[in-house]
Amino acid sequence: MKILVPIKRVVDANVKVRVLADHTGVDLNNVKMAMNPFCEIAIEEAVRLKEKGLANEIIAITVGDEKSQEQLRTAMALGADRSIWIEQGGAIEPLAIAKLLKAVVDKETPDLIILGKQSIDGDNNQVGQMLAAMCDMPQGTFAFNLEIAEGRAIVSREVDGGEQIVSLSLPAVVTTDLRLNEPRYAKLPDIMKAKKKPLEHLTAQALGINITSSLTLLSVNEPPARAAGVLVASTEELVNKLRHEARVIQ
Amino acid sequence: MSVLVIAEHSNSSLNIITGSVITAAAQFNTDIHVLVAGEHCQAAAEAARQYQGVSKVLIADNPANAHQLPEALTPLVTELAGNYCAVMAAASTTGKNLMPRVAAILDLAQISDIVTVISPDTFIRPIYAGNALATVQSSDSIKVITVRSSAFPEAEKSAEAKKGGQAELEKIDLSINQDKSLFVSETLVSSERPELASASVVISGGRGLGSAENFSVLERIADKLGAAIGASRAAVDAGYVGNDLQVGQTGKIVAPDLYIAVGISGAIQHLAGMKDSKVIVAINNDADAPIFQIADYGLVGDLFNVLPELESLL
Ligand SMILES: Cc1cc2nc3c(=O)[nH]c(=O)nc-3n(C[C@H](O)[C@H](O)[C@H](O)COP(=O)(O)OP(=O)(O)OC[C@H]3O[C@@H](n4cnc5c(N)ncnc54)[C@H](O)[C@@H]3O)c2cc1C
Ligand SMILES: Nc1ncnc2c1ncn2[C@@H]1O[C@H](COP(=O)(O)O)[C@@H](O)[C@H]1O
Repeated sequence: MKILVPIKRVVDANVKVRVLADHTGVDLNNVKMAMNPFCEIAIEEAVRLKEKGLANEIIAITVGDEKSQEQLRTAMALGADRSIWIEQGGAIEPLAIAKLLKAVVDKETPDLIILGKQSIDGDNNQVGQMLAAMCDMPQGTFAFNLEIAEGRAIVSREVDGGEQIVSLSLPAVVTTDLRLNEPRYAKLPDIMKAKKKPLEHLTAQALGINITSSLTLLSVNEPPARAAGVLVASTEELVNKLRHEARVIQ
Repeated sequence: MSVLVIAEHSNSSLNIITGSVITAAAQFNTDIHVLVAGEHCQAAAEAARQYQGVSKVLIADNPANAHQLPEALTPLVTELAGNYCAVMAAASTTGKNLMPRVAAILDLAQISDIVTVISPDTFIRPIYAGNALATVQSSDSIKVITVRSSAFPEAEKSAEAKKGGQAELEKIDLSINQDKSLFVSETLVSSERPELASASVVISGGRGLGSAENFSVLERIADKLGAAIGASRAAVDAGYVGNDLQVGQTGKIVAPDLYIAVGISGAIQHLAGMKDSKVIVAINNDADAPIFQIADYGLVGDLFNVLPELESLL
């Protein structure tokens, strides 16, 4: 089985971003960047399938600027066999990313594509589902367990009301939720080895994909600030304030 | 042209977050149609007819739609979409599963998780865990949108509701049989408490609770307040409660009248899910915990002392 894992370079999860004064976006200068946490989980899941002998090749792929190659190297240090960099700077919408990924899926014909459920910068939660639709593949989103049996992927999914299990024919798309696994750290020898693994360079142009977007970002603003709160000295005072000041309890 | 709202339902009942999507749809100032796709979903369709502003309910009652799998529903929705200026669903796990698939087939962008409709082509949506709000304009002929239900109140029911609703009911016969994705099973958590996503009071516990047993104190307080229970990711990871209770950037987004955070530090990802609550209470023994920066009322103290006091005072 061949597994394709699309990953994204994003602001580190611990960074609280600031909106730029000109409202064109958020300040990403000198901000720590990392692999999207859900993509780390996707790589980890692929590596575990390979360790179980269920997969023989893992390809990491990203659409991003020059620096996104760092995350591909990380993916290869974690166990991806090779990687593909589709060079594209600037903000790029999920629809275009899915189209670029589809062009590679057509060439590589993977049996399984594992993505993160959402990128923590754009909070879109779209690319996996879009890619599945474009490739006419079934999808198991928000996965917390994945099993491969009799040529199908059995995906346990986190849904608002609880859990759901679906059985998908292969090739299929799976998107990861936090509970799926706990990603390992890359070991130094593996980081060294990853430097020698193949990294293919592609462009939207070479793939023949039009990436123009129908969405225009008009402005980016700070959310309204909350009024400063107060500290109360006791549980009694708290209950009093909630009853008589905020009037949110009886 | 009208707006099509995809209903969130369990066949036998309509989830009230559909009422929030209808409120968002109403801001397009045009007719609203609601699609109820399921099996034996007549009751949900009847409930959808009761909302003001809804002129038609489309009912696609078919075994193929029983579990509302996106592989089955996408062809149905894309077939209908051409008649509408917008297709909208809640940004729930169901809506998020379906709508990007619909958008991709139609070769349209999807606008996720909108919190404001500025005009029928311009919307506000949170990005970076709600630390920024993006205003985006779409030139697509059909807007494919998911709606953050906590940002819109439930639509009003019409006065004639009791007589069986005013909206016309239309049967849709198109059904898609597919076997690429098969439903295996579902475990839904049932609770006597209000639903987390729509409760007016939420009390959430974090890692500070220390064990699953300690959540029972929260439950007793929740019962007194008519509150829903929530949790931080750390509490879920530690196995204190189920994943369906997770509040945050990657869990549920809530905006109740009162949110009580107990033993929760206030990580960016948690705040993303609750900082639009009207009144926020934080109970934590670390005065420097970031949760206090957004709390209206903060109580620095040991939750094991505070919770029993709270229970007896309510
Ligand atoms: C990609 C990603 C997505 C995430 N999504 C979410 C999400 O959706 N929701 C979410 O919540 N988190 C999410 N997280 C996790 C988040 O970053 C934090 O780790 C988590 O919210 C911490 O939970 P907590 O506040 O319960 O635990 P902690 O940060 O450990 O805080 C526990 C708090 O309890 C207090 N405490 C301890 N004992 C007592 C006592 N006896 N009395 C009073 N107070 C006490 C401590 O002072 C402390 O402040 C995500 C993380 C990542 C990387
Ligand atoms: N630029 C990108 N390059 C490769 N994969 C991506 C990119 N953006 C998003 N993805 C994948 O799609 C998932 C969901 O992203 P999103 O739809 O943006 O929330 C991510 O976790 C990645 O697996």
